[in-house]
Amino acid sequence: MTTRESELSTKEAADPKNWTNRLRGRLEGLVPKGQALPDTQPVYVASWIYVFGVLTLTSLVVVIASGCVLSLGGVAWWHVSSLGHFVNSVHLWSVELFFGFMVVHLWGKFWMAAWRGKRALTWITGVVLFGVSIGTSFTGFLSQSNFSAQWIGAEGKDGINSIGAGAFFNVLNPGQMLLWHVVLLPLGVGLLTLMHIILVRRHGVVPPLDADLEG
Amino acid sequence: MSRDRTPDAHDFPTRRYDLVKEFVIALVVVLVLSGGLAAIFSSPDEKAITMSGWAKADPDNLVTTAASELAGTTTSATYGAPYNTNAEGQKLGPLPLQKWGGVRVPVNSADLVLGPVSNVSDNPAISSALTEWKAATPEQRAKWATAYTDAIGTAAADGEPATGAGGEVAKVKPGDYGPVPALSAGLLALAKTGGLEGALTSSGNFYGGDQTKSLLLLADGAYLEDQAVAQNLGGDQWGMMNEVGNAPGQPWMWLYTFWYQVKPFSTSDNADAEVWGLMMLLTLLLMFLPFIPGLRSIPRWIPVHRLVWRNYYRRVQRT
Repeated sequence: MTTRESELSTKEAADPKNWTNRLRGRLEGLVPKGQALPDTQPVYVASWIYVFGVLTLTSLVVVIASGCVLSLGGVAWWHVSSLGHFVNSVHLWSVELFFGFMVVHLWGKFWMAAWRGKRALTWITGVVLFGVSIGTSFTGFLSQSNFSAQWIGAEGKDGINSIGAGAFFNVLNPGQMLLWHVVLLPLGVGLLTLMHIILVRRHGVVPPLDADLEG
Repeated sequence: MSRDRTPDAHDFPTRRYDLVKEFVIALVVVLVLSGGLAAIFSSPDEKAITMSGWAKADPDNLVTTAASELAGTTTSATYGAPYNTNAEGQKLGPLPLQKWGGVRVPVNSADLVLGPVSNVSDNPAISSALTEWKAATPEQRAKWATAYTDAIGTAAADGEPATGAGGEVAKVKPGDYGPVPALSAGLLALAKTGGLEGALTSSGNFYGGDQTKSLLLLADGAYLEDQAVAQNLGGDQWGMMNEVGNAPGQPWMWLYTFWYQVKPFSTSDNADAEVWGLMMLLTLLLMFLPFIPGLRSIPRWIPVHRLVWRNYYRRVQRT
């Protein structure tokens, strides 16, 4: 590249009206430089409670991966294949672990008052993520195409219908529930998780209560 | 939040940490745990109830349910939105939320019987019963169907004496039931062949992916609930939070299920709407906890954080 070309491209890159430049600027500004994947942590990050966040995240990875394998075989595969049944069991147990770790993580963050220091949105995205995850697992139980799904649908419809949502979200329609389970709700969980992690990296791990910088 | 003097996390002294290594170790731990638990405990897969299974195990209940659908007295027939306008539905205080949702999944309970049996060909008894039913006035139809369900009655249970024929169709006394016995028997016969699910879910549609009608019919009968109660899944047994056998179901729904077990919800006609309303309120409280004075100070009053950051506080004390 000649000097003149280089000058031109710098000028273009700096153009604040350029949509691409603006988007890049926003993305680059989401997390302070070097904090997206830092190789250091503040000295106060020294407790087993911090492990539950990453355990929740890795459980989600296993949930999604086992769900993808189940998708390969189709809706009824796990009823007729021992491999399919095992993958379904991994899916179930990783979901149980996911919720278990998430609840410990949530309680840990509560006792640490982790919303301090402009971290309220991090807390809110975590709570919403918990709620959307419950919806995702609920639609999963409805998509099992077995006795449990029949009973959970028959029981669950009354709650959903009572608030008027059943008109749009029919728990007795496994086709609709399966699509919510494998597309819409996981998309919500994924986006919220991404947002939550970006916010954590943006603000850093919350300092101890009443901490000052001399610590 | 105005007095929030939390320092910037990035300004604290740091120590070496490997986030990627932590993630990989956690992933391996979760993989081993999930795989191990799956190998040891597996996952429950109780086969779905079929209409054929219901017809063979409890034919009287299926016939009674069919007659009740024709009489318009089943749960689904008297449900309201989103299935029909036969009831106001539940309210949250003065708000008729269920009604506001509208009838977007229309289901006529009589059609749960008439639809499938009208597809049966070469059966003169059913054909003439259908003709008689169609020619009758709505009042006459209701009179026949109600008389028949009353005549079948119920078995003695929970200290209540038996009514009618004690729930046994074969012992029903002769009466003016019109075409209802033939139509109900027709549905039973169709169910026994295994063709009822298809007739309800995919009639007129090659790809049947919506089980609303068959699940409503199944739930209107007593057979589904009897099976669920036998598996400790009944509403007063903490219901759908559980799974069949000893497998964990959805324990994270314990608080939602809990409210159904206690008054005033356990005796309220609007329990579902009220429990949902309460859970929405509690969720909002949890979401906006950082902004709620008092609630946001609980971690200061009960110093669990002293355990989490004990090393930090010890070091600060020393210096």
